[in-house]
Amino acid sequence: MGKKIHVSTTINGEAVEFLCEARQSFLEVLRDTLTLTGAKEGCNNGNCGACTVLMNGVPVDSCLVLAVEADGAEFETVESIATEEHLHPLQECFLEGAALQCGICTPGFLVSAKALLDNQPEPTEEEIRFELSGNLCRCTGYDKIVRAVQTASERMKEVK
Amino acid sequence: MSENFNHAQIIKDPEDNYKILGTRPVRHDGVDKVTGRAVYANDVQLQGLVEAAILRSPEAHARILSIDTSEAEAHPGVLAVTTSADFPDLGDKVANLGEGPVNLAHLAANCLAKDKVLYKGHAVAAVAAQNVHIAREALDLIKVEYEPLPVITDALEAMKDGAPLLHEGLLTNLVPGGGKAETPSNVSDHHHFKRGDTEAAFEAAHIVVEREFTTQTVHQGYIEPHAATAHWNQDGQLTVWASTQGSFSAREQTSEVLQVPISKVKVIPCEIGGGFGGKIPVYLEPVAAVLSRKCGRPVKIQMTRDGVFEGTGPTPASFMRIKLGVDETGKMTAGEAWLAYDTGAFPGGVIGPGVMCVFSCYDIEHANIDGYDVCVNKPWTKAYRAPGSTHVAYAIESVVDELAEKLEMDPIDLRLLNAAREGTKRVDGPVYPRIGLIETLEAAKNHDHYKSPLEGPNRGRGVAAGFWFNIGLKSAATAHVNADGTVTLLEGSTDIGGTRTSISMQLAETLGIAAEDINPKVADTDSVGYTDITGGSRVTFATGLAAVEVGKDIISQMKGRAAKLWECEAADVEFSDGVFSQEDNSISFKELCAKLNTTGGLITARASVDPQGFTNGFGVHICDLEVDVETGKVQILRYTALQDAGKAIHPSYVEGQMQGGSVQGIGWALNEEYLFDEKGHMLNPTMLDYRMPTALDVPMIDTVIIEVPNPSHPFGVRGVGETPIVPPPGAIANAVKNATGIRMTDLPMSPPRVHSAIMENGNGTS
Ligand code: FES
Ligand code: FES
Repeated sequence: MGKKIHVSTTINGEAVEFLCEARQSFLEVLRDTLTLTGAKEGCNNGNCGACTVLMNGVPVDSCLVLAVEADGAEFETVESIATEEHLHPLQECFLEGAALQCGICTPGFLVSAKALLDNQPEPTEEEIRFELSGNLCRCTGYDKIVRAVQTASERMKEVK
Repeated sequence: MSENFNHAQIIKDPEDNYKILGTRPVRHDGVDKVTGRAVYANDVQLQGLVEAAILRSPEAHARILSIDTSEAEAHPGVLAVTTSADFPDLGDKVANLGEGPVNLAHLAANCLAKDKVLYKGHAVAAVAAQNVHIAREALDLIKVEYEPLPVITDALEAMKDGAPLLHEGLLTNLVPGGGKAETPSNVSDHHHFKRGDTEAAFEAAHIVVEREFTTQTVHQGYIEPHAATAHWNQDGQLTVWASTQGSFSAREQTSEVLQVPISKVKVIPCEIGGGFGGKIPVYLEPVAAVLSRKCGRPVKIQMTRDGVFEGTGPTPASFMRIKLGVDETGKMTAGEAWLAYDTGAFPGGVIGPGVMCVFSCYDIEHANIDGYDVCVNKPWTKAYRAPGSTHVAYAIESVVDELAEKLEMDPIDLRLLNAAREGTKRVDGPVYPRIGLIETLEAAKNHDHYKSPLEGPNRGRGVAAGFWFNIGLKSAATAHVNADGTVTLLEGSTDIGGTRTSISMQLAETLGIAAEDINPKVADTDSVGYTDITGGSRVTFATGLAAVEVGKDIISQMKGRAAKLWECEAADVEFSDGVFSQEDNSISFKELCAKLNTTGGLITARASVDPQGFTNGFGVHICDLEVDVETGKVQILRYTALQDAGKAIHPSYVEGQMQGGSVQGIGWALNEEYLFDEKGHMLNPTMLDYRMPTALDVPMIDTVIIEVPNPSHPFGVRGVGETPIVPPPGAIANAVKNATGIRMTDLPMSPPRVHSAIMENGNGTS
């Protein structure tokens, strides 16, 4: 097993330190050690996107990131999308547009969609479908998810 | 909402003037689910929690000669190891677990194999350790000696005389007669229904079409793997945190497998990340419980994704032969179906509903149905959304389409001519109450999608119908009325797709208050009355009915309080639209709530219901697609799902069920299948290789809700969850036929299959 490794990282704007084994994924540490259970494990091999977080601004499957690779990186997880008082427009639109049923995929979709809208505020339907194709949802058939992202994009434009 | 949410077209019942029903409030558990705070089974954290892993069989059929766990037990960090030797002997005990009889020995042997493994991936042992990595290391140290046995994965092969038997001494159940066959075989059930004289009717028919179809094993594909945590306390009390479609069912199954009194088991249902029928049986709960008893700590097990594919219950592969005859006008006169579904490792599959559904959309005078459930060396199959119906709908809807072509009739007109309606007697016996198939077909015929032209090479349009029941079963609810005018509602139905809200809305409608004033909670098995599973499209219907009954109880108790205030008889107090009144007195629900404490205290109400009989939902889907003749890939261009949904309580979630079910059906039609090698090993147990639809694979799914009220529910609710998966494979196969001239009789219509069909039939341009 070897000795545990010390890692310093930044999660949702906060400096965080943890000890991990070399074989642990960042998802595992996030959920089990740091109790940030918003990111979900659907497959543990990069196929489903339920574990998506932003690593240095880029969406990654956190099950494929080794915990030791977190050293020096900056992460944003689903827990950081809302402010203290308000939901993010994406979260509002997912709720108003019923874009979740069981909700297990929702954290991953929200993180991927936020990365998309941060980079491309007015995506086409095709771009939304392409950018979200690494996130599987088995409940909704994607229709309401795509529409929620479209509506959030419109709302964010109005606010600006 | 002015924005782009683009709601369904709803064809309303003219009588309908509800205030709350039909609106679209934000779901009560919504904020927790978009902020990552909702607690799913794998999110449970407890003091002293340890993790476990499952050892699975590398053989698809073998006798277990010995299991040596000593090295695993000695491995540092390991806390407990278990095998089936730790389960009590259950003999041949059969228990009725809400949804029907279950052979407990089979249930237990599926959780941990007893003397034989019956499929690759069958659980054999489990290890609890300080963490899951150590548990997995220890799995490698368990020595299991197997004696391999002949492997059989195909139902037709398994039915042959002399086929190797999975269960020596298995005698076929004969349905509906009730007897048993005399000689043992792999056939667990044979259903047979007959009416009229099919032979003469086929003889007299104008056109007869007979075709054979096959489908492959497919998985429900929920994104959350099964997970369970158990804590066996020193006082003998067992608490289980589970991802289950039915906490009471999980409690019964766990208590029966372990032979502990049901009162000693409490199941706490967590948020559940999808089920679709696959999270009704227990796999992990009894195993986690035994490990916890052995090590004195709470034990959590989360399945790996390949464990989910190989070790849980997908839905069966099938072989189907359908024969249908019509007269000159297109009236169906005779039908025959011969169906074989594989049940996987243990007896008891979904052939029953397959048999009931095969001719369910049509009124056919002479009919003959034989259906077989057959054991093979594959995972024990389980329900998947409208279990058994999608298979037969694919087959019959393809044959109906071919008949329409031969008759040179519009395929919807042919269906309209033969459609089941109120009073039609299904071949297996039941007579339909008020149903909406005709209305749904008419709405499809009049839909812009059906009327608009489809142009371009290799493009085609297809339609298909589909049927599913909704069952009643037992539901309970309890409500506490609060002084601020809100109501806390406890119910026992795990919420997979927004049912907290659809149930609350029915209580709100009854009480004349806002949906937001109801605060629903899914309670554990100690805290609410017995409630059957979330399944069978029953929750909004039956638990909703319980909520309506609770509402009536609240109203009658509150009438008593109003009577106290006004010094009159409770019988003289009226209630309508959220207001209590008597002569010149009147008080709103909220105002009266504020006076409860001074008129005898706050109010609690409760109801248990067990609605009898069945209702039905019908769907009709229209699909446009294009076939890439170079690769065989099918691209869906436009898709419309129409459904007789009864009263749509929360239309967004009804649409969501229709869209989600349609896309699951599209995946089943075009790509999903378990691939097995000759040893019975699944070749594609990952989500990448099993390849369910992604956002990029499908278009928007348009929906039309046709509100034909269900006469056996006060608001006319019908179950809507399952029907939408039924029509897609038929609709897509018919569209592929129109695009290429080729009738695909094997699912999935994956690129290699479509491509080779095109190669065999010429270039396929139409
Ligand atoms: S859990 Fe990371 S991609 Fe599925
Ligand atoms: S809402 Fe259930 S998987 Fe997406």
